Amino acid sequence: MKEVAVIGAGMTRFGELWNKSIKDIFVEAALKAIKDAGVDHIDSMYVGSMSSGLFVGQEHLGALMADYLGMNPIPATRVESACASGGVSFRQAYLEVASGQSEIVLAGGVEKMTDGADVTDALATAADQEYEVYQGITFPGLYAMIANAHMHQYKTKREQLAAVAVKNHRNGSKNPNAQFRSEITIEQVLKSSLVADPLRLLDCSPVSDGGAAVILCSMDVAKKFTDTPVRIRGSVQTSDTIALHSRSSLTTLKAVSMAAEKIYKMTNLKPQDIDFAEVHDCFSIAEIVVSEDLGFFDKGCGGAAVEEGSTSLETGKIPINTSGGLKSKGHPVGATGIAQIIELYEQLQGKAGKRQVKNAHIGLAQNMGGSGASCVINILEAV
Amino acid sequence: MISPKYFREIPQRYRLEASRCKKCGTIHFPPRLICNNCKSQEFETVKLSDTGKLATYTVIRVGPSKFSQETPYAVGIVELDDGVKITTQIIETDLNKLQIGQNVKLVFRRIQDDGKAGIHCYGYKAVVS
Repeated sequence: MKEVAVIGAGMTRFGELWNKSIKDIFVEAALKAIKDAGVDHIDSMYVGSMSSGLFVGQEHLGALMADYLGMNPIPATRVESACASGGVSFRQAYLEVASGQSEIVLAGGVEKMTDGADVTDALATAADQEYEVYQGITFPGLYAMIANAHMHQYKTKREQLAAVAVKNHRNGSKNPNAQFRSEITIEQVLKSSLVADPLRLLDCSPVSDGGAAVILCSMDVAKKFTDTPVRIRGSVQTSDTIALHSRSSLTTLKAVSMAAEKIYKMTNLKPQDIDFAEVHDCFSIAEIVVSEDLGFFDKGCGGAAVEEGSTSLETGKIPINTSGGLKSKGHPVGATGIAQIIELYEQLQGKAGKRQVKNAHIGLAQNMGGSGASCVINILEAV
Repeated sequence: MISPKYFREIPQRYRLEASRCKKCGTIHFPPRLICNNCKSQEFETVKLSDTGKLATYTVIRVGPSKFSQETPYAVGIVELDDGVKITTQIIETDLNKLQIGQNVKLVFRRIQDDGKAGIHCYGYKAVVS
């Protein structure tokens, strides 16, 4: 396997992009990434998208985006793994370069969620249709059930969930690509309308449009294009039961803890070696559970950790979601996993501006699908 | 939902039919073709117990389109006495008094209506016992 680097990145602003189609959004992000990398061609491309068929009635995104990007006849593959589609797109591009099959590969992701489809129904297709959704559950509802179980088992407090959203909005206020660049307070979260008890509107990531893309090549080739490539130290992917109810624990996401175990072994790193992380905070409780399952905090201590500032950009021993996370930056589902990689890339190059983590050498991105049935973790490091 | 998609699930939804692995004893609901515990492909049909405890729950305030007229309603994960966990609505109870660990019993109810004809679709819901 060859060593692989990220040499360029580009994304659209996330938000309600009424004037842009799914094609416009993807191509804008991809062109920015290609320009940033300085490459004159790509050999292959991946497009992560959760549900373009339901959101805009368009499938076959691989060929479509290669066409509009002016890249025919290169191989172009759409990748779907629910909310982990972007992370899996990146991992597939990584494997293609590492194998030696292709030299320069684009990994992208896109979602257009505001074109009129019923978003709650579309997102619910990532759960078990016949034995979860049939009964009337929603995605906020699934994570709400995890939250109630976590609060019951570990005495996690409602205010600690809110602290996740407050922190991520504070970070997002410093990110020009974020959907929401306003700070919020604990009181505002606790007064926002209930979506699925105990989760309220401000515990939930928003409905967003957006696209993101990065360019990968081997470390050897990278030196031709940049003096500051970012190395992909490791990449793993796991799966778990599709239904939340099929799992032995409702407070641990086994796909995450198993992926963490695998990637720490693969990279010879420990949780303490990670300088900062982007994690999948689709709902506030998710960031708490994931920060525990990644080994950053003991099980049951994730709520207290965020409340005490252990994950903050300013004072944290492990800053989490410096980009604003899904909560504040936005969550155009298929683009999310790539946008996490872009935050790592910018931080590791020292280009994150007001969000810059001091001495950022190793960053971890954790992206998951459904109620934790898919998980991808990638670790990147500054060279 | 076309009718074959519905009637395939009737044994599970109406009669709580599950499959027990003949090799390791794991009960699967709904039935599977291969045991995810021991990989055996030999099963016997068993009926799930219809009583259990509430493992976790939520109250849905913003529902999917088919349930948008029914909010707020409670959905929980119930651990049945045989150890199998299922997702189900919890009905005929005060939404403010739900508690993890509560004893519940499964009952047969209409779950949703489907398609232009509004076909009634049935299954299990839980009541506090």
